[in-house]
Amino acid sequence: MKDFIFGKLTSDAIPHKWYTIGGTASIIAMLVIIAIYLTKAKRWTRAWEEWLTSTDPKKIGTMYMILASIMFFRGMVDAGMVWLQQSIAADSGGYLDPDHFQQIFTSHGDIMVFFVTMGFFFGLMNWIIPLQIGARDLAFPFLNSLGFWLTLAGAVLINLFFVVGGDFANTGWLALAPFSELEFNPSVGVDYLIWSLQLSGLGSLLAGINFFVTIVKKRAPGMTLMRMSLFTWNALCAMVLIIAAFPVLTAVTFLLWLDRAAGMHFFTTGFGGNQMMYWNLVWMWGHPEVYILVIPAFGMFSEIVSTFCKKKIFSYTSMVWAAISITALSYLVWLHHFFVMGAGPGINTFFGVVTFLIAIPSGVQVFNWILTMYKAKIQLAAPMYWFIGFLTLFMIGGMGGVFMASPPADFQVHNSLFLVAHFHTMIVGVALFGIFAGVTFWFPKIFGFTLDEKLDKRAFWFWYVGFFVAFTPLYLLGFMGAPRRIDHYDAVTGWQPLYIAAACGFILLSCGVITQVVLVVKSIRQRKLHKAPADPWDGRTLEWATHSPPPFYNFAVIPTVTSHESFWDMKKEGIQPSREYKDIECFKNTGMGLYVSGFAFLAAFAIVWQIIWLMIVGLIGIIGCLAYLAFHDDMEYILPAVEVAKIEREYDDTR
Amino acid sequence: MTTHVKTAHLSVAVDLQNEASSTKIFGFWVYLMTDLTIFAALFACFLVLHGNSFDGPKLKELYHLGPVLYETLCLLTSTLTCALGLLAAYRAQKGASILFFILTFCLGAAFLFLEISEFISFIGQGAGPERSAALSSFFTLVGTHGFHITCGLIWMVIMMFRIGLYPLTHHALSRIFCMALFWHFLDFVWIFIFTVVYGIGYLL
Repeated sequence: MKDFIFGKLTSDAIPHKWYTIGGTASIIAMLVIIAIYLTKAKRWTRAWEEWLTSTDPKKIGTMYMILASIMFFRGMVDAGMVWLQQSIAADSGGYLDPDHFQQIFTSHGDIMVFFVTMGFFFGLMNWIIPLQIGARDLAFPFLNSLGFWLTLAGAVLINLFFVVGGDFANTGWLALAPFSELEFNPSVGVDYLIWSLQLSGLGSLLAGINFFVTIVKKRAPGMTLMRMSLFTWNALCAMVLIIAAFPVLTAVTFLLWLDRAAGMHFFTTGFGGNQMMYWNLVWMWGHPEVYILVIPAFGMFSEIVSTFCKKKIFSYTSMVWAAISITALSYLVWLHHFFVMGAGPGINTFFGVVTFLIAIPSGVQVFNWILTMYKAKIQLAAPMYWFIGFLTLFMIGGMGGVFMASPPADFQVHNSLFLVAHFHTMIVGVALFGIFAGVTFWFPKIFGFTLDEKLDKRAFWFWYVGFFVAFTPLYLLGFMGAPRRIDHYDAVTGWQPLYIAAACGFILLSCGVITQVVLVVKSIRQRKLHKAPADPWDGRTLEWATHSPPPFYNFAVIPTVTSHESFWDMKKEGIQPSREYKDIECFKNTGMGLYVSGFAFLAAFAIVWQIIWLMIVGLIGIIGCLAYLAFHDDMEYILPAVEVAKIEREYDDTR
Repeated sequence: MTTHVKTAHLSVAVDLQNEASSTKIFGFWVYLMTDLTIFAALFACFLVLHGNSFDGPKLKELYHLGPVLYETLCLLTSTLTCALGLLAAYRAQKGASILFFILTFCLGAAFLFLEISEFISFIGQGAGPERSAALSSFFTLVGTHGFHITCGLIWMVIMMFRIGLYPLTHHALSRIFCMALFWHFLDFVWIFIFTVVYGIGYLL
């Protein structure tokens, strides 16, 4: 009976260690602060009606941004704890026990990849893609809302072990088998990881399908594929990768869970299980995943460099084909993550050579960016700082990648800190710098005021210098033989000074994050001073053709597109937007995304603890919501032309 | 009467070409491709693991191809009735449409019954999914298809109520179209299961 009601849940699951108590206290404090704010400002209804139930991509984008920012703090705290441990743990145990240390780097990896980088990118895409292709909304507004709420449910689940359970997975971010099997990992930590990835992975998949269909089907009249802006092109490529890769993650983590919960033997050490099957499948998703993180950044930098150089991007067509080639090749290189598996020289050579090939389209992009800047009158605005920082780091990281693509070289640095330094160069230097540049660039479009230029540049210097201080030591340590993920080492290795140097770099990076917090707060406070016009940067693509912030229908009249820099053409030819307003079809708000995700969260929580009745409640809830939707799908309403004219007049008056 | 039916059919067919419906159907095709990728991963697992029976019963010894043939016949016939149900819905013949979908539902349920009996008989012979990697991959691949069939049956019940109680708008028709597409997709996957899991598994 007790098993039926509580499953595997016992009183041990109540927080009783310092970090679970601390985590629980911070989660509760955060919720209390939000609740007090909403009550005091009397904003509960507004929060519900305008945000939580919203299907407007600009608002969902902002919610993605907020979620990603919160998770970013969590991930940074993890990083700091890892660095502190490693800088004091020469000839001593440090301040963390090994198991706890492993849980920290695991959650750092998962949070930074799934919730921070993906979250920021989906936020930016929600903000900008519909505007950039001249659409009023995404193809499936409800699915967009559902995708966000599923991602949030995943984010809650990955933090829930603080409150219920006390153990997170200690397996590394991919939960590699057989270490993640029940035999070696009996606690529910791995289950939390699996089901958090299931929920957020489903959210990403829905968003991926949605953006893919939107870009294919909802472009403005005249916008052929070769007239799409480069950010849209790169986002399209990343979405193709999501569609092709994320189902594999869903499948492989589900199989791992079957091993753990149903006693199956896909990846176990006995009964005929095959661990390398897990490695292959998980990296078949994992390598495209890292390109899902960097390809959108390439697109953003292409937009930024041509805007601030006041020039057309050098060789648009080759930029497009470079993005497509990277997309195609990235699906064929997964095995370079485990050359040491011993698949033989033939297979290793194939995957090594394909990995080398990726350097060609990447090089094409780098040269095109540089040639765009050549002889241009470069306006050194903050996004340009991030761009130049990115360019240097991308070249360093890229060359490191080509070096490791050679199997004999890879054998030397496999699972060493050199690898850790390499992928941080790519994820921080490319993806994160891209996000920071993109946010600075598009912030005025979404909110109608610019971010403080001076503070943004200061944040850049903290990040740029901090990056080298934090990660150069890791490259060196890798060559000295330091493996990744170690919680202590012998002092005679002489590694400690380098670990301490890296920790100093972390302090600089933290200063960068603090500066960015101040930057956002200060800019919001002084928003009247920094009011942005519709086109603050003298932009070239369609998103700058509408107001800042855009009305919820984006464009009063959808413009006709003539080239991949259609707004630039309009400005040059003096074409004013048409004022012949027509009725607009809009999408109603709905709380269903929230409800479905709520039930999915309950079901996932129940599966983690094997509470059968709660799982059934969750599943019935999901089916009920979906059945309700099957009868209520008249979600569109018509905004009459008169209303549109009224809203547009208000914009004219405030200008 | 015939002209009336013809125009109704035509107007609906034109209606499905409208932007909202065609976007929805295109999106559903993309979703089906993602689902196919999940099956591809499971097929890969089966092909790698199907010989790893770890001194337990071999798959080949467990197979009884008779019931599998009946399962296949059920599913292939249900595809025909499902398509007829969809065509009837196009022509706004609600009664005929529901009748065909009931028939499809019964055939799908029969398929599921046969599949579950096969699973129970395997488990009864001490060949459950936890016996060996080969059996794990068999149960998971075939079971995932069965799970999809179950989802399809639930969807079909919901859509039958929708057809019976509400007018056949273009929203309704594009939903019925997607459901039919899903059902054909499951048939398509089953053909691969029949060939790879039972056919090749039996020969090897």
